[in-house]
Amino acid sequence: MAKRAPGIFAPVGRGRGGVKVPHRKNTRDLAVVRMEPAPEQVVLPMQQHIGAPCQPTVQVGDTVKVGQVIGDTDKFVSAPIHASVSGTVTAIKDTVLANGRLAPAVTIESDGEMTEFEGIEPPTVNDTADFCKAIRASGLVGLGGAGFPSHVKFTLKPDVHVDTLVINAAECEPYITVDYREMIDHTEAVIEGIEKTQEYMHIPNAVIAVEDNKPDAIAALKKCADTHGDGSIKVVQLPSRYPQGAEKMIVLSATGRKIPFGKLPADVGCIVMNVASTAFVGRYLETGKPLVSRSLTVDGSAITNPQNVRVPIGTNLNELINFCGGFKGEVDKVLAGGPMMGTALVNTDVPILKSYNAVLAFQKGALREKPDNDCFRCGRCSQVCPMGLMPTNIMRSVKAHDVDGLQKSGVVACMQCGSCAYACPAGRPLVQYLVLAKDILKEEAMKK
Amino acid sequence: MSDNALIQKIKPTVTASPHIKSHATSQRMMLDVIIALIPALAASVYVFGPRVLLVEGISVASCMLFEYVARKIMGRHNTLGDLSAVVTGLLLAFNLPSGIPLWMVPIGAFVAIVVVKQFFGGIGQNFVNPALMGRIILMVSFAGAMTTWPEVYNWHAPAVDAISSATPLAVLKAGGELPSLTEMLLGLRPGCLGETCAVALLLGGVYLLVRRVISPTIPLAFIGTVAVFMAIAGPQDAMPLGRVDFVLYNLLGGGLLIGAIFMATDYSTCPLTFKGKIIYGIGCGLVASLIRYFGNYNEGVSFGIILMNLLVPHIDNLTKLKPFGYQKPPKEKKAKEAEAK
Repeated sequence: MAKRAPGIFAPVGRGRGGVKVPHRKNTRDLAVVRMEPAPEQVVLPMQQHIGAPCQPTVQVGDTVKVGQVIGDTDKFVSAPIHASVSGTVTAIKDTVLANGRLAPAVTIESDGEMTEFEGIEPPTVNDTADFCKAIRASGLVGLGGAGFPSHVKFTLKPDVHVDTLVINAAECEPYITVDYREMIDHTEAVIEGIEKTQEYMHIPNAVIAVEDNKPDAIAALKKCADTHGDGSIKVVQLPSRYPQGAEKMIVLSATGRKIPFGKLPADVGCIVMNVASTAFVGRYLETGKPLVSRSLTVDGSAITNPQNVRVPIGTNLNELINFCGGFKGEVDKVLAGGPMMGTALVNTDVPILKSYNAVLAFQKGALREKPDNDCFRCGRCSQVCPMGLMPTNIMRSVKAHDVDGLQKSGVVACMQCGSCAYACPAGRPLVQYLVLAKDILKEEAMKK
Repeated sequence: MSDNALIQKIKPTVTASPHIKSHATSQRMMLDVIIALIPALAASVYVFGPRVLLVEGISVASCMLFEYVARKIMGRHNTLGDLSAVVTGLLLAFNLPSGIPLWMVPIGAFVAIVVVKQFFGGIGQNFVNPALMGRIILMVSFAGAMTTWPEVYNWHAPAVDAISSATPLAVLKAGGELPSLTEMLLGLRPGCLGETCAVALLLGGVYLLVRRVISPTIPLAFIGTVAVFMAIAGPQDAMPLGRVDFVLYNLLGGGLLIGAIFMATDYSTCPLTFKGKIIYGIGCGLVASLIRYFGNYNEGVSFGIILMNLLVPHIDNLTKLKPFGYQKPPKEKKAKEAEAK
């Protein structure tokens, strides 16, 4: 899919926008390190996904083992929470999450044994329904950062026909290398996961979409895909251009299909899955081990030993940073997630959730700040917006509280990728305005 | 928790994403425009003599002064740092004859910075190009001084008061001796002090394109429209030259190049989208051509740009981008018909 960069001869309104961000994949060659010894305590919030929160299924004083369900709900859009260490439940109380919200959480004091739960066994999967059930039971949510429960994607309406599985391995955010490591270290599991998903979901084609800054991963996947199976798995190389990994962008780049405004990938016959999630599916169907740990990239100028670490979910962020040698220098910003879309943390005393793929810490002066100038309508924000929005106009509408204008602007399609604010020469906080615009629209909708 | 000593008591900065930013800044873009204007400035000094520097200096200084004072009086933050006042000052002087009485220059600067720009909210809010409006106000207020064109400066025997009768475009209409096309390219002809040297202006334009400060859409649409119009209209009866020459003189004469490359592409007063820019560029070219061909003025570029500047909000409204995957809702009639079936 040739995609033209907005340059001299690619004027505004053509092409797909996006920006060239620095790669800074410093940790790409470091193997993933398991966090040893396991933390003495984990805090497992009951909401680590988009959807309904879970209810704790254990009580204070209960003894739990690794992989045992400790929180679940009968709501559909949700995913159960499993104990990530073995030990005793010491508290069930509200805890502060990285985004500043309070959520009920189960605290487990580790016994240091990491004993596995006896009930763990490979799920028996015969058809699509079994598959969806098994995926829900595994507690899997999108590991790319969104945290959307995976089984929901697989549960299709009867009239929807899906013919292509798109594996999102773009990893377009700077610094983050966990997906890259997954592709290099667990190539087999990735391919296995794809094949199983194809088999049970009856999807004839699969496309693994990788950005061209990861040639080793592309080669490894190609080799493995060729030796395996019937050749229905294709590996495509995409240009490195942020936000290549956004759902609508990756479907367009990998298949040439354009998802209509307000629709989902399934509407154009695609299911999109993160590559790490796929590898997890491959492993889960073989072992039955639920999602109790995940890899994170710990990097940035304020981290002493940048590396990729596999940690039990619920580990305190401070402990992870300590494991990487602690902070160095004067810390200015700590991010959960990548530098383009990650959240700046107020404090680091928070548990690690299923959806975190990176923790980045930066020293003062490491991140370029722009002088705060007035917008002079250069139009670069519209030029780079992958969704074809006009952020400067939306900003004006927000300032004027022009609800009608906002409704027509299509701002609901904004995914906060940050391309506009990245490119803005005047340093306007455009993402903030876009989020504000969405809030205004939500408020108006409530009024009616 | 182990090793608590490693964790500093930190108070992180919290901001909205994204946390990394591109290199582009307003200052850098304005600086690029200033750099792009330097060849034309140098050429101008060569063509019209040292007085050019005086006019430029006064224009830039008064623009910066007005910007500073106006912001101060209005109680707004100082915006001298974004360099836009410097660009306005340079461009305003480029649109004046080098022999203009010096006291007139600050009047143009006042109109440009205070009336057009700051009264409407500063950078990005001006409804027309400030420098051009400054020029037009001076033009209608002091028609004599603004149309007195000094002769090309003779560096061997400076003669301060050498006054030429007419610019090439005026000669085209009224008859007389035209400068050669080479002289037109090099700018050795009477005119506003910055508009004459086509080579220097094109050089600046290429620099802006390479630095991606401007896109080629507007200049190409603008110049192309003038070329097509003049080619179709052809030389009027009295003109002693062929169709091709007529087009070339029109492209190189007057302020077309400086207008198309530096003035019409002013961000605040041009449309945001590609389609909008095409419409705007063609409009500028059409109005300028009509005035040149049929009007009493010999020069129509300023009016063409100003007129289209005023239409920009409407062009922008008509050429909004469609969100990704946007599908036109079916028209009501057709929808009803479909239902009926």
